[in-house]
Amino acid sequence: MNFLRSRALDLAVVLFGVSVLTFLMIRLIPGDAVAIMLGANTEVTPDRVAALRSRIGLDQPVLLQYFSWLGGVLSGDLGVSLWTRRPVSQEIAGHMWPTIQLTVLALIVGAGLSLPLGVLMARLRGKAWDTALRVGSVAGLTIPSFWLGIMMILALTTLAPDWQLLGYVPFSEDPLGNVAKLLLPAVALALPILANLSRLVRSAMLDALQQDYVRTARAKGLSERRILYRHALRNALIPFVTSAGIMTGYLLGGAIVVEQVFAIPGLGRLILGAIAERNYPLVQATILVVTFSFVLVNFVVDLLYVLIDPRVRL
Amino acid sequence: MAGKTPKLLIVAASAVILLVLVAVLAPWISPYDPLAQDILARLKGPSAAHWLGADQFGRDLLSRLIHGLRASLGISAAAVIVALLIGGTLGLVAAYYRGWTERIVMRCMDVLFAFPVILLAIGVIAMLGPGSGPTAIAIAVVYTPIFARLLRGPALVVAESDFVMNARAIGASDARIIFVHMLPNLASVLLVQTSLLLSAAILVEASLSFLGLGTQPPAPSLGTMLSEGRNVLLLSPWSAVFSGVAILILAFALNLLGDVLRDTLDPRLRGEQ
Repeated sequence: MNFLRSRALDLAVVLFGVSVLTFLMIRLIPGDAVAIMLGANTEVTPDRVAALRSRIGLDQPVLLQYFSWLGGVLSGDLGVSLWTRRPVSQEIAGHMWPTIQLTVLALIVGAGLSLPLGVLMARLRGKAWDTALRVGSVAGLTIPSFWLGIMMILALTTLAPDWQLLGYVPFSEDPLGNVAKLLLPAVALALPILANLSRLVRSAMLDALQQDYVRTARAKGLSERRILYRHALRNALIPFVTSAGIMTGYLLGGAIVVEQVFAIPGLGRLILGAIAERNYPLVQATILVVTFSFVLVNFVVDLLYVLIDPRVRL
Repeated sequence: MAGKTPKLLIVAASAVILLVLVAVLAPWISPYDPLAQDILARLKGPSAAHWLGADQFGRDLLSRLIHGLRASLGISAAAVIVALLIGGTLGLVAAYYRGWTERIVMRCMDVLFAFPVILLAIGVIAMLGPGSGPTAIAIAVVYTPIFARLLRGPALVVAESDFVMNARAIGASDARIIFVHMLPNLASVLLVQTSLLLSAAILVEASLSFLGLGTQPPAPSLGTMLSEGRNVLLLSPWSAVFSGVAILILAFALNLLGDVLRDTLDPRLRGEQ
């Protein structure tokens, strides 16, 4: 229980800090942000600047502004898009599914393949294998996902010119088509985490295979397969789960870039468009929402930790 | 580790030195002006005149690649050095003073660390406007908490050691203990992590430039070239192919160097991510 309480406290502190920082981002824009915001649709006059200032509360003390903004955020009011005048929360809701799907699919591909691959890699031992696997995993880790995506498009348009690679189909309209379109970007996105996680699984497996309980399992005459997957892998899973949690943040960021390559209308398109239009409330809200979800995912992963490893339950 | 230097270390270190030399010597070794246009060579593939071909404006790809390498490496290196100075110092200070100092410093770092890397960088650039300078600042902001966290752990161990106690006993100042006594003992950790994070920073810089937030055209950077090459991908894939390969080689060499250094300098760190 103590563990849970201290984790929850950490979570609260981090979420508070993230909200303060995201709030300050708009306040720190050099020049008069209000004039910029106003300049988006109308002529800038002192009256209009003053009117907008008081409408979005900029004439109030900063502390008060923060709390009224936070109050809005907590009740689901993230502000209004400067251009479309639609609530920012609607804009985000309309763009978040492609990004979430892409991230989850990449996590499934990367984490899913890394377990058998890592176990396989743990069987390949010796100096030559160590070097080859090291070079291979460093290469996997440093191939830029967005470049890999472009190369895949290049290769496939040459090999299969009829295949419609780009774009997005909502899951509700065409579930198969949806996955088919997202699979390629997900693979491009997943390669670095596949390299990272499979190497982690390998070293954890090598570690676990030297432990007494594996020797005992061998002595009992269990099959090698059962020893690998049932006994050694379970321990290797502990660092794996933490890393997979951290990977989610990497994937979310990577997804924003890869989306651009495959013309997927996700949060990446939303936030880049918002920056180009200086639509600051939209930029701010998108960063806040994505970061909050990322922090919460990692919180849940931390709790999963307790389920896998009873030793943490203190 | 006593004994001979691992072969892989020599390979990785030579590759990094070579790439740094290319970046430093770019103005002298690039065959053409990276902005000069040769309309007749537009979108052509590799030839004797243009070894790697030319882009949609007829600019020599090899020259742009060499200058792009210089821009990408320069921005990333500047960012990582700033992050190292600020983040590293914060990590050391937190580990040395403990108590409230540590709690406050590390909580602030936790908050910065909570943002997905690309997203925080995008946020910083949204404030400052696109360009190479803002990109360097954005990457520095993103990596500051990472350096603070990476150094705090090992620094805690060093802070407990006898020689730090002794230095304190003879009345050395806090700053002297931190920078003269503790810092040199963390050199190996620093070297490894700087190399690994520089590799990651190259990829972040390339992503940001690819998104149009980093180095602004017509100046070349590897990410900008990739994004320009993508627009003419099916007409002439050379720009997209070569710029991506250059990003990969740069990030790969730095990452491999850090990876091998980690095992060579500090076997205790082996296998940690």
